[in-house]
Amino acid sequence: MGGLFSYFRGLLGAREMRILILGLDGAGKTTILYKLQVGEVVTTIPTIGFNVEQVTYKNLKFQVWDLGGQTSIRPYWRCYYGNTDAIIYVVDSADRDRIGISKDELVHMLREEELANAILVVLANKQDMAGCLTVAEVHQALGLDALRDRTFQIFKTSAVRGEGLDQAMDWLSNALQARK
Amino acid sequence: MSAFKRDKKEEEDTGGNPYQNLDKTIILQESRYFNETPVNPRKCCHILSKILYLLNQGEKLTTQEATDAFFATTKLFQSKDVMLRRMVYLCIKELSKMAQDVIIVTSSLTKDMTGKEDLYRAAAIRALCSITDNTMLQAIERYMKQAIVDKNPAVSSAALVSALHLSSTAPDLVKRWANEAQEGINSDNAMVSYHALGLAAATRRNDKLSTVKLVTRLSKSSIKSPYALCLLIRLAAQLVEEDDSEASQPYIEFIECCLRHKSEMVIYEAAHAIVNLRKALRDLAPAVSVLQLFCGSSKASLRLAGARTLARLTAKHPTAVAACAVDLENLISDPNRSVATLAVTTLLATGAESSIDRLMKQISSFVSEISDEFKIVVVKAIRRLCTKFPRKHQALASFLAGMLRDEGGLEYKAAIADAIIALVEENPDAKETGLAHLCEFIEDCEHTTLAVRILHLLGREGPKSRQPSRYIRFIYNRVILESGPVRAAAVSAVAQFGAQRPELLPNIKVLLSRCELDDEDEVRDRAILYNAILETGDEQLINDYIINVQKPNPVLLERALRDHIEVRPTEPFDIMAVPAEEVKDTSEDIVEVEVRKPAKVAIEEIYAEQLARVPGIEQLGPLIQTVFPIDLTEPETEYRVRLLKHIYAGHVCLQFECINTLSDQILEEVYVRCEPPQDYEIVTIVPCPKLVYDKPDSVYLLLKFPSAYFDSLGTFVSKLEFVVRDCDPNTGVPDPGEGYADSYPLEDFEIGVCDQIRAKAAAEDWERAWEKAEGCPEAIDTFALPQNDIDEAAKAVCKHLGLPRNAISGEAVKEVRGFAKFRSGAPVLVRARIAPGSGGVTMHLAARSPREDLAQLILAAVG
Repeated sequence: MGGLFSYFRGLLGAREMRILILGLDGAGKTTILYKLQVGEVVTTIPTIGFNVEQVTYKNLKFQVWDLGGQTSIRPYWRCYYGNTDAIIYVVDSADRDRIGISKDELVHMLREEELANAILVVLANKQDMAGCLTVAEVHQALGLDALRDRTFQIFKTSAVRGEGLDQAMDWLSNALQARK
Repeated sequence: MSAFKRDKKEEEDTGGNPYQNLDKTIILQESRYFNETPVNPRKCCHILSKILYLLNQGEKLTTQEATDAFFATTKLFQSKDVMLRRMVYLCIKELSKMAQDVIIVTSSLTKDMTGKEDLYRAAAIRALCSITDNTMLQAIERYMKQAIVDKNPAVSSAALVSALHLSSTAPDLVKRWANEAQEGINSDNAMVSYHALGLAAATRRNDKLSTVKLVTRLSKSSIKSPYALCLLIRLAAQLVEEDDSEASQPYIEFIECCLRHKSEMVIYEAAHAIVNLRKALRDLAPAVSVLQLFCGSSKASLRLAGARTLARLTAKHPTAVAACAVDLENLISDPNRSVATLAVTTLLATGAESSIDRLMKQISSFVSEISDEFKIVVVKAIRRLCTKFPRKHQALASFLAGMLRDEGGLEYKAAIADAIIALVEENPDAKETGLAHLCEFIEDCEHTTLAVRILHLLGREGPKSRQPSRYIRFIYNRVILESGPVRAAAVSAVAQFGAQRPELLPNIKVLLSRCELDDEDEVRDRAILYNAILETGDEQLINDYIINVQKPNPVLLERALRDHIEVRPTEPFDIMAVPAEEVKDTSEDIVEVEVRKPAKVAIEEIYAEQLARVPGIEQLGPLIQTVFPIDLTEPETEYRVRLLKHIYAGHVCLQFECINTLSDQILEEVYVRCEPPQDYEIVTIVPCPKLVYDKPDSVYLLLKFPSAYFDSLGTFVSKLEFVVRDCDPNTGVPDPGEGYADSYPLEDFEIGVCDQIRAKAAAEDWERAWEKAEGCPEAIDTFALPQNDIDEAAKAVCKHLGLPRNAISGEAVKEVRGFAKFRSGAPVLVRARIAPGSGGVTMHLAARSPREDLAQLILAAVG
């Protein structure tokens, strides 16, 4: 009976996966959300609160929450942690000054009980900008070496050029399906 | 399927209202269901309605509960279900008042309001404006401006109305949207046009010039929306009220023009505005004839509007209404009882004595069918009749008594009792019958307060009647049958008979002795006290403690007590220091007067609380009036000072309201050095310890008026003295170190006659009062006035005497008639006749008053 049921589920498209896009303000979270949803780069303004959209990627349905990254909004991230399958953590690779803060927020967030089983994708965004940190440097700066017991991967992306997002989503889809 | 069955069963169990007996905790638990994915829209909608139902029943949530429910609700933004989203908006609006951090939905709502789904947009705007505070408003400003000019009328209206709500908290920001609102006024949609005008007018609320421009421009353009036109009529009428000069003539013409509009709504609004203008108009006839037509309309709402407006008009222009008598007669048998009541009461007020009996018969035929509210209207009309036609008292009193016997609430019964009490007090012939009716009423009266009042009246009036003993039986019945407070009042009333009618004294003593055994302390105490006093036979003692007991004014007593507790709580309180009840002036009854400016009352109320800061103010007696503020500094200067004169019977309290407009300074020890005219005596000065940037505060100066009325006129010279300390303009923290003393000269000001009198325009029976005052001292003089035009001259005279413009009458020879009360309570009647003379205008001024010096003073005010 269970086998039959999961067979149908596979056929009709699985349960919607719940994904959070987090990161400091100005990292490009909203741009990434709409690039994924409509495939275009839209003009965005600082998100006060959140945007939530349904994203279909290769027949998989995701429910993506893009939470605002301003200092005043970060405390509310935790209100939306429940039932999260994956986190896309976006870093502005050109913002060398605040990479430390970005690391602190990431570490702080990963400590949360509710996110213990969530898969982590780190996007080193804005790779198109001159003088930005390389993937390895971002990896280093965020202290990802120290991560244990977590499925994670880091990708270099440029949301405005649409580079790197497909690889990241491919990896994420596989990782989520593999876990089931 | 099984779930559906269960739902159905539950519904049957709870009967009619499925939301009855909801429990707050259970529903807040249920709201956690919002966190589940995927969302079940039907179930979530149901839970949201339960939350809304609870909140609308007045259930209070704590901040934490509200915040939790709010954040749970925000999770529902993931669903695309239209109905659910709209429920979410409603919930956000309700919870936004109680929950914290509601700005979290700003982005989501902004997206919905600018999105493609029309069903979301208007509602999202409303929700967005309810969660936005002043700091966030700027972030959404661009979207609001766009939404105001949106093509979709629902979106545009929602934005306009939300902006109107915001304008009370952030007026400056909303003002910047005025251009968009202007555009909305010309919209083809009636509602948008109306809402846009509402916003445009609201942003100009404190800017008269700009309001004038708006109304002038729009009254010339042709607005199509009837709603907007109604609002425009109201704005125009307001401008006419505020401006007495000829400049308001175009507005009157505009309103009169609206009488010919095709929409009934607009026609009514225009007629209503015209008949309610305080200013005397040349011609009410067109407006009245419109109302007359309404009375004959087939629509009940129009008949009600017509009858109601005419009923209101009777007080001011009885002759104008009398012309509609035929139409009102037709309405007496109207199937709508409210219309019929208004018609009958209006006819009663305007009709002749001969028609009363017929009309009263009409009313009694349907009085049992109308609501209490309208019954009170009837009672008030009858009360007026009692005064107007004293001879009819028999019929009127028995009618009132009949109404007393019917069912009705306290307010209704109190109105009837008031009417009978007034009848008893005014008309000696009606006294016995009136008291008899009241006696009968208290036999079966469930309202304690009313019973107590009537017993008090019986105690006062009963002993003076021919057969006092018959009342004692009624009063003593109360002692046996009623609750404590009523018994106590009955004991006091009985004691009055004993004190005033010696022949009854032995019997009264027996009754009082019986009451000494009562269960209630108050009843027993009173009985013992009165018995003991009556026992002494000392006439002085009986008079002071039973017949004429000194009663302090309760308002002043309360204030004195509060002051006493604050200032000297250890000392015993002296009740004799509290001024006794204000002695009612008999002249008030001779001349029926209209209050000069209703706004007056408001300004006195505003300042009453502030004035309580002046020590000893409660001992000055009631506040006579507060004179409208005058500026003692030029506008746009460093310090702004406004002066308010609060006038008491023997004192004046000068309130210097100061505003410090320099953000980098704090003023300390702010003091007013004042040189009053010779015979004034400064009682106290209350300095202001600290004046920070943009926070008005006041310095008070209490002065005693000179004993001679004549010496009270004069000029005051004053200056502001203070210590300046520099401070940080952003934080307001003063810099360390001493400040330096400085002073600032203020403009001179005067106390004149118009400050010290309350003047009113003459009412209809002014003539009678004037003749009645013939024996009083009179001051007469003739003056040559500088004005060339008698119209101008009459207005100037009114201004000097503090009289309203409608005191002026006559054409070739202007006559100004007024009635005034001096601050001491002394009345004075004034008549000025102004005629064109050889070289200018001459005025013959006469004043009659029981006090000759007051009559002289009035003359001095003009001379």
